[in-house]
Amino acid sequence: MSIQYYIILCLTLFSIGVVGVLTRRNGIIVFMCIELMLNAVNLLLVAFSKMYHGAALQSAANTTAGIDAQIFVFFIMVVAAAEVSVGLAIIVMMYRNTHSVDINFLNRLKN
Amino acid sequence: MNAIIASALLGVLMMFASWIFDNEKTHTRIALAGLLALIVANLLQLNGVYTVSIDYKDMLSFTQFGLYVNTILFILTFLYVWLNGDEIAKIGNHAADFYALFFFILCGASILTSFNNLLMLFIGIEILSIPLYILTGSDKKNLNSNEAALKYFLMGAFSTGIFLLGITFIYGATGTFQLTSPSLNPATGMAKEQLMYSAGLILIFVSFNFKVSAAPFHFWTPDVYDGAPTVFTSFMATIVKATAMIAFVVLFHSQFKALGYAWELLLTFVLISTLFVGNITAVFQRSVKRMLAYSSIAQVGFMLFALYGPTNFANEGILLYIMAYSVASIGLFGVLIKMKEYSFEAFNGLAKKEPLLAGMTTLFLLSLAGIPLTGGFFAKYYMLNAAVQSGIGLWLVALAILFAAVSIYYYFKLIQAMYFVEGEPAIQEVEQGYKYKLLVFAILILGLGILPNVFLSYLYF
Repeated sequence: MSIQYYIILCLTLFSIGVVGVLTRRNGIIVFMCIELMLNAVNLLLVAFSKMYHGAALQSAANTTAGIDAQIFVFFIMVVAAAEVSVGLAIIVMMYRNTHSVDINFLNRLKN
Repeated sequence: MNAIIASALLGVLMMFASWIFDNEKTHTRIALAGLLALIVANLLQLNGVYTVSIDYKDMLSFTQFGLYVNTILFILTFLYVWLNGDEIAKIGNHAADFYALFFFILCGASILTSFNNLLMLFIGIEILSIPLYILTGSDKKNLNSNEAALKYFLMGAFSTGIFLLGITFIYGATGTFQLTSPSLNPATGMAKEQLMYSAGLILIFVSFNFKVSAAPFHFWTPDVYDGAPTVFTSFMATIVKATAMIAFVVLFHSQFKALGYAWELLLTFVLISTLFVGNITAVFQRSVKRMLAYSSIAQVGFMLFALYGPTNFANEGILLYIMAYSVASIGLFGVLIKMKEYSFEAFNGLAKKEPLLAGMTTLFLLSLAGIPLTGGFFAKYYMLNAAVQSGIGLWLVALAILFAAVSIYYYFKLIQAMYFVEGEPAIQEVEQGYKYKLLVFAILILGLGILPNVFLSYLYF
């Protein structure tokens, strides 16, 4: 399958994530949308990796070209997990104080 | 490499320190000793002594510039902890945890000064930001702190997503993450997938603007700086911002310099809007802490001048700028911490009650404004000189000076309140030792203003 389909799919997923972040008011949903953005990037990285690997295979049999993107995906997963642990802790902390996860609450500092 | 490993290990050590020792003073001492060890480890590497040898596959490259930046950042952190140790102990239950987070942040910082691969850049930025989310929200019962932490976290994670998409696009266009690889060079390798490459670059640029809080992506900054505990705002606004700025400069100096006119246009737009938003909005603030947040945005506007071209002036200038700006800001926040409230009125008549403190505050403010004989003057001078040497129109330089003049207005508002308005300052009891510590910062500012060469000569040998 040609790479364009993957790019379109990933960009669609990414855009859904961005729109979710910008429009939703529930902290946890916003957070899930950010995760969606990260996973769209993961998918795109794997697709690119496959593309470069496939292209390199035609000239050399035992090539490792393109695998660095797959390694990158693992790092993104690790970082995303670390971010989840911190982010959920922050959301829980806020819930304890306000009994809500609504980010409309985030406007009191403005004044 | 020494610094990266040492800071990570010391961070773990600090976590255990809170378990073994109960006394918060001991924690501060251990942290200070650890920071000294970190400085020594880094200086060893600067002189060619390696404690470990790891094949990092050219993903990191240790340059004289990067290692010197490391030294500066570690010394600044040392001074910061030395000044603010008691204040840090007042927040939360275990001061040692915060020191551990500082060490992790410094680990990210030392990766960010030596990355040679977009993967390392990503890891460095994340190691730098994730502990910061925790520090921002460390005042758990305070709603403002909660709000700042959540806002910072959501914005930070969002910009990470954008950053990753940018990296992915660049990978898609070039097939490599390696910064030194010729296919990443826009002059030679860009022809294949120009659109994707440019899109990736713009996304990275945008997310970096988020991180260093340049307009129009600055909107989180005032709220986060305002809501976070003041000690940690001091850390965030100085050392962390300086690191992000250095990474920004190194990245765009390394390969993306040949991007040409469109890139300059984009940068000029961001630069002007940053100077404009930072300076003009700072004028209307009633709280000093918020004013400092906006002024830090304005200072980023000046730092962005280093991005125009990899000249010597840009490299030296950004170093001088982060030194002058960080020292002055840490000092200023050090005074602010001692205030009972953060309005301008709280400073009324400070000069009568605490003449030394008021004098030093004035010096820090003058440095931020860029008055000669203080560090800020040469910092601004070098940055503008770098801009001229990279062939930027003089009108932009004139505009920047105009905005610097605007900044004098809001800095002097504070000086006026301290010296020329009668009143009772809302300040806590400040012990003598604290003032002498602040005096070190004041002397550093004067040193940077009178003999900047002393600080820059280490860059070359």
